[in-house]
Amino acid sequence: MLISTMEAISRWAIPAIVLGIPLWGLIRGVRIYEAFVEGAKQGLATAVRITPYLIAMFVAVRVFRTAGGMDLLLRAATPLTKALGIPPEVVPLALIRPLSGSGSLSILGELLQTYGPDSLVGMTASAVQGSTETTLYVITVYFGAVGVTRARHALPIGLWSDLVGFLAAVYICSRLFA
Amino acid sequence: MINWIWFFLLASGIVLAGCSDSAPQVTDAILAGARDAVTLVIGLMGLIAFWSGLMEIAEKSHLIKLFARLLRPFTRWLFPDVPPDHPAMGAVIMSMTANMLGMGNAATPLGIKAMEKLDELNSQPGTATDAMCTFVAVTTSSLTIIPVTVIALRAAAGSKDPAGIIGPALAASAISTLAAVVTDKLWRRLSRRR
Repeated sequence: MLISTMEAISRWAIPAIVLGIPLWGLIRGVRIYEAFVEGAKQGLATAVRITPYLIAMFVAVRVFRTAGGMDLLLRAATPLTKALGIPPEVVPLALIRPLSGSGSLSILGELLQTYGPDSLVGMTASAVQGSTETTLYVITVYFGAVGVTRARHALPIGLWSDLVGFLAAVYICSRLFA
Repeated sequence: MINWIWFFLLASGIVLAGCSDSAPQVTDAILAGARDAVTLVIGLMGLIAFWSGLMEIAEKSHLIKLFARLLRPFTRWLFPDVPPDHPAMGAVIMSMTANMLGMGNAATPLGIKAMEKLDELNSQPGTATDAMCTFVAVTTSSLTIIPVTVIALRAAAGSKDPAGIIGPALAASAISTLAAVVTDKLWRRLSRRR
């Protein structure tokens, strides 16, 4: 019941907002069409503004992955993950997650196919994906939009919360599904 | 820090490629990366423009201010340096709500809007404010109630209970959000003392 309610909310959230905001604007006497166009114009400028930041980050991540940097990182992390009892299958997902959203989704897809979505690996990988974020992308886009190049503590905290989310997902799933 | 990470990704990749004699692949990766970034922006452009348009209506009709007022006690604690009635507060709340509902790419334009509003309070353009860092920390820790994409992938892979991941994912992301908020608060306190 709770789950189906939540799914309905997530399915209807966007259409409801798209109806609700202009309706509210009309009631409050806003010239909604002009306001929309005005805002959309700023939105286009924003999209252009974030492009150089995205190009910088996408090229670096792609070069790193193509050259096998990911595999090397993985090999370096193996002793540590073994000691902590983390299933080795989900470690690549955790490493790629902050760097690349599409990369992590394709790894999750592979894991679900190979081990089955309801296996321990499948559940853990799903929980990891659901509790972490493409931190580098978010920081690139958000700070790029306002031209901030000195992000201060945003990056370390973002990566730290990804690590905590990963470890929590592994622990919770090992307790629930092992 | 971003400077170093950027350089590390590029340099280690190119050095590694040099070791394994795969320079052509690196050249391809550079071209592909640059093209992917532009493809993504083009795909996102319409969405960003559309949400920015809607948000303009929401702002002109004082809906964002209303939103900000509703959650004031919570956001005042999280963002002590943002005036509670400033439009930035409403934009931040809207973006956080969209993220919690698992809207994914639809949440990105709202986040950008919130950053632009927060930047209006920035006295040193180019440098992140405390409030920006808190906002990004909360966003990247991704407190998600419904991980829509993950559920869809699980269903596609033939799971018996695709939505069964909601509980564990929510618990794990609540823990990571807590970690982010606590660390951010500590960081603020330490940097103020210095």
